[in-house]
Amino acid sequence: MDLKKIRKDVAVVGAGMTVFARRLQETGKEMSWEAAKMALDEAGLTLKDIDAVVLGSAPDAFDGVHKKGEWLLDGAGGTNKPFMRVYTGGGTAVFAPIAGWWHVASGMFKRVLVVCEEKMSSVQPHAQSAFAHIWDPILDRPLRPNLVWIFAMEMQRYMHKYNVRYEDIALVAVKNKRNAVGHPCAQLADPTITLDDVINSEPMALPVRRLDISPPSDGASAIVLVSEDVVYEHTDSPVWIEGVGWCLDTTMWTNRDLAFPKFLARAAKMAYEMAGIKNPRKEIDFAEPYDPFDYKELQHLEGLLLADPGEAAIMTREGKTQRDGEFPVCPSGGLLGVGNPIAATLGIKIGEVYWQLARKAGPRQVKKDVRTGVAQAWGDLMQFSAVVVMRRR
Amino acid sequence: MRDVAVLGVGATAFTSQTPEVNWKELIYDAAVKAYAEAGIDPRRDVDSFVTCAEDYWEGFSIFDEFTPDQLGGALRPTMTVCGDGLQGLATAYMQIKTGMFNIVVVEAHSKISELLTYEHIVELAFDPIYERPLSAEREVHPYYVAGLEMNLYLHATGTTEEQCALVAVHNRRQALNNPLAPYGARLGLQEIFHSGYAFTPLKKWEIASRADGCIVFVLAAGEIARRLTKKPLVYVEGIGWSSESPWISARSADASYARHAAQMAYRQAGITNPRRQIDVIEVEDRFAFKELQHLEALGFARPGEAGWLAQSGALGLDGELKVNLSGGSLGCGDLIEASGLQRALEIVLQLRGEAGARQVPNARVGVAQSWRGLPHGTGAVAVFARRD
Amino acid sequence: MSKKTEFGPPLNPRGRRLEAKELESITHVRAKVPAKYAWAAGTAMSRFLEELKNGKIIGRRCARCDRVLVPPRMFCERCFQPTTEWVYLPGTGVVETFSISYIDTNANRIKEPILVGVIAFDGAPPHCGIMHYFGEVKPEELKIGMPVEPVWKPKEERVGSVLDIKYFRPRRK
Ligand SMILES: [Zn+2]
Repeated sequence: MDLKKIRKDVAVVGAGMTVFARRLQETGKEMSWEAAKMALDEAGLTLKDIDAVVLGSAPDAFDGVHKKGEWLLDGAGGTNKPFMRVYTGGGTAVFAPIAGWWHVASGMFKRVLVVCEEKMSSVQPHAQSAFAHIWDPILDRPLRPNLVWIFAMEMQRYMHKYNVRYEDIALVAVKNKRNAVGHPCAQLADPTITLDDVINSEPMALPVRRLDISPPSDGASAIVLVSEDVVYEHTDSPVWIEGVGWCLDTTMWTNRDLAFPKFLARAAKMAYEMAGIKNPRKEIDFAEPYDPFDYKELQHLEGLLLADPGEAAIMTREGKTQRDGEFPVCPSGGLLGVGNPIAATLGIKIGEVYWQLARKAGPRQVKKDVRTGVAQAWGDLMQFSAVVVMRRR
Repeated sequence: MRDVAVLGVGATAFTSQTPEVNWKELIYDAAVKAYAEAGIDPRRDVDSFVTCAEDYWEGFSIFDEFTPDQLGGALRPTMTVCGDGLQGLATAYMQIKTGMFNIVVVEAHSKISELLTYEHIVELAFDPIYERPLSAEREVHPYYVAGLEMNLYLHATGTTEEQCALVAVHNRRQALNNPLAPYGARLGLQEIFHSGYAFTPLKKWEIASRADGCIVFVLAAGEIARRLTKKPLVYVEGIGWSSESPWISARSADASYARHAAQMAYRQAGITNPRRQIDVIEVEDRFAFKELQHLEALGFARPGEAGWLAQSGALGLDGELKVNLSGGSLGCGDLIEASGLQRALEIVLQLRGEAGARQVPNARVGVAQSWRGLPHGTGAVAVFARRD
Repeated sequence: MSKKTEFGPPLNPRGRRLEAKELESITHVRAKVPAKYAWAAGTAMSRFLEELKNGKIIGRRCARCDRVLVPPRMFCERCFQPTTEWVYLPGTGVVETFSISYIDTNANRIKEPILVGVIAFDGAPPHCGIMHYFGEVKPEELKIGMPVEPVWKPKEERVGSVLDIKYFRPRRK
């Protein structure tokens, strides 16, 4: 891999994000349209200006629609255009923008729209029912697992190996649900939540309790990516995609030590090397790691090489990861605070890093001046990560 | 600017059933062949892996979980395109063009024999509110849409039913020359008609039977490929893809998705007169009339002309246009998302001169086209060439 | 195309939250997904299931990295080489990790928790095993690293499934 030979630099010039909630009224097409239109409006573009469309959405089983990407394509603006759906499970939120990046970086397209949609409320009786089919049919499905089980097992292993206390993990939920108060799309913002609320919340699959989890949601997000050739037609202060990385570990999740996300460390190294980052802790100003569970924020900070294994919990306890701390983490409010419509969390990860770097995050704007941020998502059977480094030059 | 070459290909034979292996073992077989041909070790030399798959074809939510091991892609940049094999090829092509990736692997497969409720899953791709109730109410097979589209095409172009049936005759016969193809047969026009209407005016034997199989492509940046091998290389000179509206009622009569995709690919490849410049052609023919419609969309014939070309014997090894010599989907089987890669495989073999009994002498430029099948209007076109 | 536009407010989202009343009055179209599959188990897993019927756990050795892969595969994903040899394992192992679950498959709440985890097998590389239930143990006694052994169903009830093992229990001396 030659990480420094990129043909065209790529910038984000617009982002859009719908309200995250139980959106029973709208179809997935309609939500896709809402987000796409917002991103185009912010970029000052119309659909005519767009050369290609990339779509991200998680399992078709949420909608009971086969080839869901084809179905959503008119809502996402893909009619009569080169249209591509990419798919890496929960990692799609950050991976679809990476696919958008290579559409532009290859020199093949100048302006690309990336839309991510998720409607988890359609499947009955519960979004979990769609997850019944993610398992190996011979090894796992006969045990009738619930998806939360494997995350509970991963969390258990993480706490055990790196000596992490549950109280420190629960602090992440408190921080993110409070951060989300400033987010107009948020489903789960809570200005008064306390550590005791999380610790005493209902046991789900211990060590995971109800407030450790971001519940299902519906929504859509979108961004517009443009080539260096045309970027200054759209903005004077572009936010550049400087590094991308992704990595998928083996399917056999019971053959791995779940304590450390090796696949994420690989994806992060790929993105950092491309961005010319030698010391991520010094050169990156803030992070939006994927936080569907509170422990994941910690484990992902460590996988992103922004903390040593076990150290992220201490950073959290010491308040360093607060929005006004020395290394803000999930200033958006994250999935725990804003909601978790899987692929649509593009808006909380890539979207938030873009808004922060463009100084457009309003009440969520972090205190210190930020120039470099990293967004990350995670998915499949605890085996995939996508990482994007963005920068204001 | 960087160019993109085909460094290696591997495929299993295509068959109606594969009960002896699971899908991982099927893919592993094709991958091992492709890597051996490319002379590479996937654990060391490959920068990115691409699988083409859809959840409901496979019977999994998040099928991406199950893709890395059998390709050698574990703990590597590996991903899934929810699309046809040629869209996977387009993804690899773009990745290489960025300058960052030197060798990229694309895999597409069909294990469709394991899906017991095929028609229901096809129907599941229809819009659940407006379109699905129509067929569900009467329990109509969702392929009725192919009947509608064929009728529209015959009406718009004046093509005849006989001309469409001839496509089935040709392609089943051409498949006899392809050792990978399971559905080769010597049939007459009369037998196609005798099979009866499935969805008027579409006849039963004008519909491709399904098949299992896997195809793996190893693509490499030109400068890398030329360093790794002394053999003459086949290059990807252009690739395009496009989608029409997903609504069945908005579908064009002329496969405009294929026209748009071809325009994009031809522009990159410098093709201005496809009929003169292209030596071998593989177009999608899951339904016999589709071959004619796609030939017109790709600029090999004017609207309504392709049927006459078929009738005058101009399509085939001895004709002016070397079309679907592999047997097409009618002869090789409907390989689901792998169909496009099967077409690309045939073009690569032809351009290398490795196509055996169906070899076109001195073939230098070829085109492969895919269509994702009912009920959607999504397709891709790739132009390949030899430069030596 | 409009030229450099002034950006709007940071975020002015479309869509709105529905009131509880509205949620009840939404127009729905209902459908079942009629998806049925018959997956070939494949060469390696077919043997694995057969051996479960015999009350045995079997793996495959990769001659290159010398790992015994359980569950068995015909190729090693690390070396991308065919595996070469069948290896019986004692079936005992240690708790790699676990959870005490108060929810079932469909996220329904349950009173009696399900004890579930990953068992790393003796004779396999570290962290290498399968997911299964635990039994004959109190939730608070479960610990990572605890030695466990399988409790098999009676021979006549085994059908060639991971459920031929009832659960794993703390190993008896
Ligand atoms: Zn090995």
